[in-house]
Amino acid sequence: MIYASFKIQWPGFALDVDERIPARGVTALFGHSGSGKTTLLRCIAGLEQAAKGRLSVNGDVWQDADAWVPTHRRPIGYVFQEPSLFPHLTVLGNLRYGQKRSRQADAKSAKFSLEHAIELLGIGHLLKRKPAALSGGERQRVGMARALAVSPKLLLMDEPLAALDMARKQEILPYLERLHDDLEIPVLYVSHAPDEVARLADHLVVMEGGRVLASGPLNNTLARLDLPIRLGEDAGVVLDGHVAERDARWHLLRVACCNTSLWVRDSGAAVGDHARIRILARDVSIAHEPKTGTSILNTLPARVTSLGDDAHPALTLVKLAVDDKPVIARVTRRSAEQLGLAPGQQVWIQIKAVALL
Amino acid sequence: MPFLSATDLEAIALTLRLAAVTTLILYVVGTPIAWWLSRTRSRWKGPVGAVVALPLVLPPSVLGFYLLVTMGPNGPVGWLTQTLGIGLLPFTFWGLVVGSVFYSLPFMVQPVQNAFEAIGERPLEAAATLRASPLDRFFTVALPLALPGFVTAGILSFAHTVGEFGVVLMIGGNIPGETRVASVQIYDYVEALEYADAHRLSAVLLVFSFLVLLMLYAWRPDRGTR
Repeated sequence: MIYASFKIQWPGFALDVDERIPARGVTALFGHSGSGKTTLLRCIAGLEQAAKGRLSVNGDVWQDADAWVPTHRRPIGYVFQEPSLFPHLTVLGNLRYGQKRSRQADAKSAKFSLEHAIELLGIGHLLKRKPAALSGGERQRVGMARALAVSPKLLLMDEPLAALDMARKQEILPYLERLHDDLEIPVLYVSHAPDEVARLADHLVVMEGGRVLASGPLNNTLARLDLPIRLGEDAGVVLDGHVAERDARWHLLRVACCNTSLWVRDSGAAVGDHARIRILARDVSIAHEPKTGTSILNTLPARVTSLGDDAHPALTLVKLAVDDKPVIARVTRRSAEQLGLAPGQQVWIQIKAVALL
Repeated sequence: MPFLSATDLEAIALTLRLAAVTTLILYVVGTPIAWWLSRTRSRWKGPVGAVVALPLVLPPSVLGFYLLVTMGPNGPVGWLTQTLGIGLLPFTFWGLVVGSVFYSLPFMVQPVQNAFEAIGERPLEAAATLRASPLDRFFTVALPLALPGFVTAGILSFAHTVGEFGVVLMIGGNIPGETRVASVQIYDYVEALEYADAHRLSAVLLVFSFLVLLMLYAWRPDRGTR
C-alpha cells in the first residue's frame, strides 16, 4: 500500500492529496494538464519536496514531518515524458548508469537483470549507439529499460507516450503491456489519454485542480456517472475476461466475461489468453427486446442501475449492469424517456463495437 | 641573431607559466562559483554575479591598485602573508597569479555558468532517480555535459591572462624572470625606442592571440549530432 499525503501551495497552483494507492498492478493517475498528477508523481519520487507531506510505501516511510529520503535513496524507477537519456553515454552506458549504482545499494533484491530489461523492451540492437542516433520511440524504450534496470520496487511513469506521435505510441504500447503482464512491480502511470488508461491500468485515480476526484478499481471508477470528468467521446468501461473460442471462418474471437460472451475481431490472441475489452458508451444502444435482423453481433441482457447527465443536454448516460459488471450507454434523453428507462428495469443492450485491447 | 632574444624568450616562458597556473587555479576556484550561480535562487546571486563580472569593466589599474593595497605591508592580506611567513606578494610571481585570478575570473565563470545552466534540471533529476548522489551527479552528468563550456572557459582565461598588462604593471613591476611578462617587455622596448624588438614580440603575441581565437571559434564538439 502506498500512502501519499501532500499539500503544496504555489502561485497559481495547489496540490492537496491524501490518498491510499494499492502497491500492485498499474495505477493510472489520470487528469487534464494542470490537474496536479505530475506534481503528485514528482512528490512520490522526491523530486519535489512538499512542505507538508507524508509518504510511505509498503510500510517504509519516505517522507513525514521529520523524515526525508532523498530521491537517490528511494527504490524507484522513473520514466520521464521526454526520455532524458544522457547524451554523452551510449545506450548501454545509460542502462548501466543506474544499474551499477542500484547494485551497491540493494544487491540481494536485484530481481531485474539488465539483460531482462534489454530483452523486454527489444533494444538489444541499439546498445552501442548514442541517444542522438535513436528515433523518439527507441529513446523512450531505452528510458524505460534504464528505469527497470535499477530493479525498482516502484515504477513511476510520467506520460511516457505523450511526446510521441501515433505510430510511435503504437510501437511502445505493446511493450508497456508486456511490463504490465510480466512484472510484479507496482506502477504509477500518469496520463491524460483515456485509451492508454483503458489499456494499461488496473486502478484509477482521477485528479482535477490538484485534488483527487475519484479513485478505485478501473472498471468501477470508469463506470461512475457522478464524476465531473468529461471523457466526452471516450466515456466507456473496460472489462477483463479471457479468450474462450476462435471462429476461424469469420475471423472472430469469443471473449468470455461476466457470465456472458462477446464477439470481437480476431487480434491473434490465443484461446485462454487474458483479454481486456473496452466498450464505449457511444457504441451501446438500449432496447426492450433482443433485436433480430440487425448487423450487431453482441446483444446482451442488462439491468438499468442509474441514469446520469452527460455534457450535452440532449444526451444522458445510462449505467447498466451486465451480470454484476457495469456498462455505460450514451443515449438521447428522448429515447430514454420513450423507453421509460428507470433503475431496476431489465433491458437488452446492443454493442456496436467492442475493442479488444 | 635569432628571431627572439633570450630576454624575450624568458618573458614568453614566464607569460605562459603565469597563464597556465592561473587557468588551473581558476578551474578549481571558478567551477564551484559557476555551479552555485547556475543553481541558486538566493538573493545573493545578483551581487555575486556582479562582483565576478567587475574585471570586465573595471580599469585594470583600479583592480591592480586595490590588490596592491590589500596585499601590501599595511593591507589585511599583506599582514596575513607576513604572519604566515610567506612575505609580501606584490612584485612576486605569486602576487601576479593572485592578480590574474581576479582579473580573468569572469572569463572562467561565465562560460562554465552558461554551460551548467544549459544542462537544465532534467538530466540531474534523471540521475537522481538512477541512484546518483548529488556529488556523483555533478561529476558524472553535469561536468561531462558542460565540457564544451569548460574548454571555452580555459582557452579564454589563458588567453586573457596572456594579454594582461595593467594589473601586472601595478602589482608586478618589471623583474626579469619573476614578473616581466611579454606585454611588459614590449612596453619596455617601446619606452626605450627599440621598435624592431617591439615589433617582433608584438607579432608573436598577435599570431598567438589569433590562433587561440581561431581554435575557439573552429572548435565545436559533436556538431550536427545533437
